[in-house]
Parts: sequence; structure tokens; C-alpha cells
Amino acid sequence: MTNGFPLDSVGLVVPQRMAFEQTLTLASGAMLPHYELVFETYGELNAARDNAVLICHALSGDHHAAGYHTAGEQRPGWWDNLIGPGRPLDTRRFFVVCPNNLGGCAGSTGPLSLDPATGQPYGPDFPIVTVGDWVQTQARLADRLGIERWAAVMGGSLGGMQALQWTVDFPDRVRHALIIAAAPSLTTQNIAFNEVARHAIRSDPDFHGGRYYEQGVVPATGLRLARMLGHITYLSDDVLMARFGRELRDGKLNFGFGVEFEIESYLRHQGESFVKRFDANTYLLMTKSLDYFDPAAHAPEHSLSKALHATNAEFLVISFSSDWRFSPARSREIVRALLDADRDVSYVEIESEQGHDSFLLDVPLYHRVLRTYFDKIAGSGASA
Amino acid sequence: MTLREEQTLIARWIRDGSRVLDLGCGDGALLAHLWASRGVTGYGIEIDNENIVRCLETGVNVIQSDLDRGLSDFDDDSFDYVVMTQTLQAMRYPHLVLREMLRVGREAIVTFPNFGHWRCRAQVLAGRMPVTRHLPSTWYDTPNIHMCTLRDFEDLCAAEGFEILEREALNTAHQSTPAMRLLPNLLAEVALYRFRRR
Repeated sequence: MTNGFPLDSVGLVVPQRMAFEQTLTLASGAMLPHYELVFETYGELNAARDNAVLICHALSGDHHAAGYHTAGEQRPGWWDNLIGPGRPLDTRRFFVVCPNNLGGCAGSTGPLSLDPATGQPYGPDFPIVTVGDWVQTQARLADRLGIERWAAVMGGSLGGMQALQWTVDFPDRVRHALIIAAAPSLTTQNIAFNEVARHAIRSDPDFHGGRYYEQGVVPATGLRLARMLGHITYLSDDVLMARFGRELRDGKLNFGFGVEFEIESYLRHQGESFVKRFDANTYLLMTKSLDYFDPAAHAPEHSLSKALHATNAEFLVISFSSDWRFSPARSREIVRALLDADRDVSYVEIESEQGHDSFLLDVPLYHRVLRTYFDKIAGSGASA
Repeated sequence: MTLREEQTLIARWIRDGSRVLDLGCGDGALLAHLWASRGVTGYGIEIDNENIVRCLETGVNVIQSDLDRGLSDFDDDSFDYVVMTQTLQAMRYPHLVLREMLRVGREAIVTFPNFGHWRCRAQVLAGRMPVTRHLPSTWYDTPNIHMCTLRDFEDLCAAEGFEILEREALNTAHQSTPAMRLLPNLLAEVALYRFRRR
């Protein structure tokens, strides 16, 4: 332990902030004359500037991927088990960058920020951003950090979609893409889940058409519901059964609508803690971005393999056996398109009972695969 | 990483710069060798986790998949060669696997242990299922559920309309002797075939 942190932790980290004054034109046609991104970095950029790894976060993630903000912080960053000196993504060899996405609520410009046109928070007027828009902003961040080409771009779920989009939009700026628990687009069922979540938020009386900041309230009920629904879909039926079963909190039925089963208590807790840290307008934006994701949209015949034909990255695609939100079959669609396009790709399906959330956990084989892959990247170009 | 003798022979059959799919690629040694020395590109298919990790270490493109599920991820004629070493006899439907190999590849290369070898025959005559160096498992725990002889294999090729382009019959030392060329079905312990659709 150093300063109370584990030796293989990146330890205390301080978020950084960068302002961009060059107008950003979004896929929707909307324009942002000015925006800011908050991000964290771990490790050092080497002299050749070829050891940088971009981490893209998922729906409810942020820039705090590893380490601690304060000595007393209860939980480290969301991908801390992966990133650190001696961890699979070894910060002694790699320079790791993780931004909070545009439209987020953890510090980057988003619905909570002030709209320069009105002096009020953007709220519902913040333009809908796409995965492609995020990639543009991340590319500008890379420019400013002096990173011409990423050694790797990596993400799970919606983060994996960004990694895939990077290879299409900037083929020469990505050496390796790690696409984990992702999909080439959402299924109808996925979109349906997102719509229920959005409906829960938008029908909350405290939503006020998205202008709830001015009313001094938050649509807590709706956001809580959205998170509870999401949480059920991120876990497998088996893991819910194993972890909570039909256990009763009081050991007996109360014949009422209070919390009785352990799973009810768990979901309420998840919903509650989410409301404290996340913004409802951002949640709406992020789910839209998921729904819109379609890297094949501009390719001939809407073909993913044609869209991937011009990519230059080496790909590692990983799925988890019990993930039904973004099932292994969806990852195989990406793999198949890459095979059709004659790209370098490896694919691993990890046995795990934890469902979609597996990508955040240190499943031993999963982490071994990542460690092996990053070791290979470090050995083939990126020098510490 | 060193090649098995058998893989060295296969490598000789493969043209420089071609595209190869290796079914049951193990640690990826054959593909790594072909890539480094012959400019060959391609993919390995493997089901075993340990082998997958070793392929990633080597830098071989590896796709985790169960061969008994077919090769539906691959388009027709997308490879110059589809290779399968010492795996055919463990397949649930070997003839379907061979068809799939020649659907996605222009040529196929397979190797398998010869059940017609005199040691096998002697053990069967003595009333026992054979256990040999190339077939070390006992009948109840063997992965080799579809054993065949060279003659059986060639009959299947004829029935399926496959044209055999090359054959090597090898003994345990992976040598091909004049006697073996005369009586391959009796003396070969391992058979190698290269074939295509007629």
C-alpha cells in the first residue's frame, strides 16, 4: 500500500478539463460553438507518442475509470480492476485516456451546462449527440494531447460501439480496437427497453419537459424506474436467482406493497443511488445515441462489412455467454463482417454468469485475454 | 514455436501469399509459421480457452467457435485452403465438415490417424479396440468418434465428388518409406490429403 492505496492502483487522480473553441457540427446538423471535455489520464505518454489507449465509457459511465479522487473515496473508478501498474492494461507501459462524453453529466458540456444563448442550462435543448459525434470530439482531444494514432481504443457496451466507430471514421488513427459486450446496432427489443426508460423519465411530473433544474426538482421517480429496468437487463436471470433468489427481507410475506423480496430492495437501492449521481436529460441523450448507432448507415447496401472494409485496425471482439442485452450472437455479427472484409480479428466468448455487466468484472479468463492482448500490443510498437 | 512434422508437410503444400483457414488451430503455430515465412494470411478457429490465449500471445487471428456448428460465419470460396489437422475423426458429422471446408475454401487439407494401420488391425483381431501412440485414448473416453482408414476416406471423397490432389502416408517417425507408398492403408499411421471439388 502507498498512501493507503493498493500498489497496483493508479492511486490518487485529478480530472482534467479542456475547452474547445472550434465549432462542432453534429450529425443532427446542430452546432456547438464551444464545448468542454473533462477527462482523466493514467500513465505517461512516451516520446514516440505511440502508447496511448483511449477508454470509451458506456451509458452511465464517466471519465473516472481508475484510481481515487480522494484518499477516503469508497469506490475507485469504474474500470479500476483493469487499469493500473501491473494490471492487464498496465499504466507503466501505456498512457490511458478516459473522457466524459459530450452530453454527459460528470463535467463535460451537456444538458446541465449553461447555454451561452440564454444563460440558462441547456436542459432539453442540448442537441442529441451520436456515437460518431463523440468520436469527433475524442479525436479533437487526441489532437490536443499530441496523439496521432491510438495504440488501442477500447470500450464495453456503448463504449465498444465508440471503439468500432473510431475504426470506421479514423482508420489510420487506431492500431487496435477492443470491442467488448457490444453490438453493431441495437435490436428492436433493445430500443423498446430504452423507450420504456425514456417514457418513465418523461412522464414523471417533476420532469417539466426537461426544464426541471429551474424548478429546483429532479424527475427522481422516472430516473429511478429507468435505472431499475436497465439493471434487470444488465444481469442474467441466473445471477439474479443465485444472488437474491426469493429471499424475503422479514422472513415472511407481509401481504403489502413494501419491499419484501431481496431483489426489490436491491433494485430500489440501485435506482436511489443512481438518481443521486446521474442526470435525467443525459440519460435520455445516451439512450438515443444507443438507438441511433449504426456504423453501416452510410455504407453501400447498408452493409457492415463494406463499412469496415476501409478500416486498418486489428480487432479483438469479446462477448459474454450470459449477456442477453448484447448477446454473443451480436458480437459475432461484428466478427462476421470483419471476416467478410478481410480484416485482422480475434474473437473470444467468455463463459460468465454475470450477464452484460460481466465486462466490468474481473472474470479471470477475460482479464487474462486482455492482459495477453495488451502485452502483445506493447511488444509490437508501443515502447514505454 | 516449433511445427509438428505433419505441419511442416502441410506448409509445403500451401502457396506463398495465399489465404488459409485453420480449423482447430491449437496454439496457432502453423498460421504463425505460414505468415512469417510465406506471407500467408488467414484465421484460426479454436474452441479451447488455453489455445485461444496462446494464439493471442503469438498474434494469430483466432476465432473462438465450435466446428460442429459449421462455418456459417464464412462466405463461399473465401479461402485458398481450409486446413484441419487431427480433428476430422472427432467431428460429429465428418462428411458435413468436409463439405463445409470445400464450400468456404477452394482446396482442403486434412490429416487423420489411419485406423487401417496394422497395429490397429492386430488389436481388433485380438478382440480389442486399438490403443496406439496416435490413438492413445480408451474406447470410452476417446474424442475420436469417427475413425476411418485411407480407403474409407478415399471412398467418401469419391462419393462426395472430391478430387484428391495429393496424399502423404506417414509412419510414427513421420517418414514416408517405399513400402508405405506400396501399402499405405496397412503401414501409414497418419494420412495427409489435399483435395478439392471436382
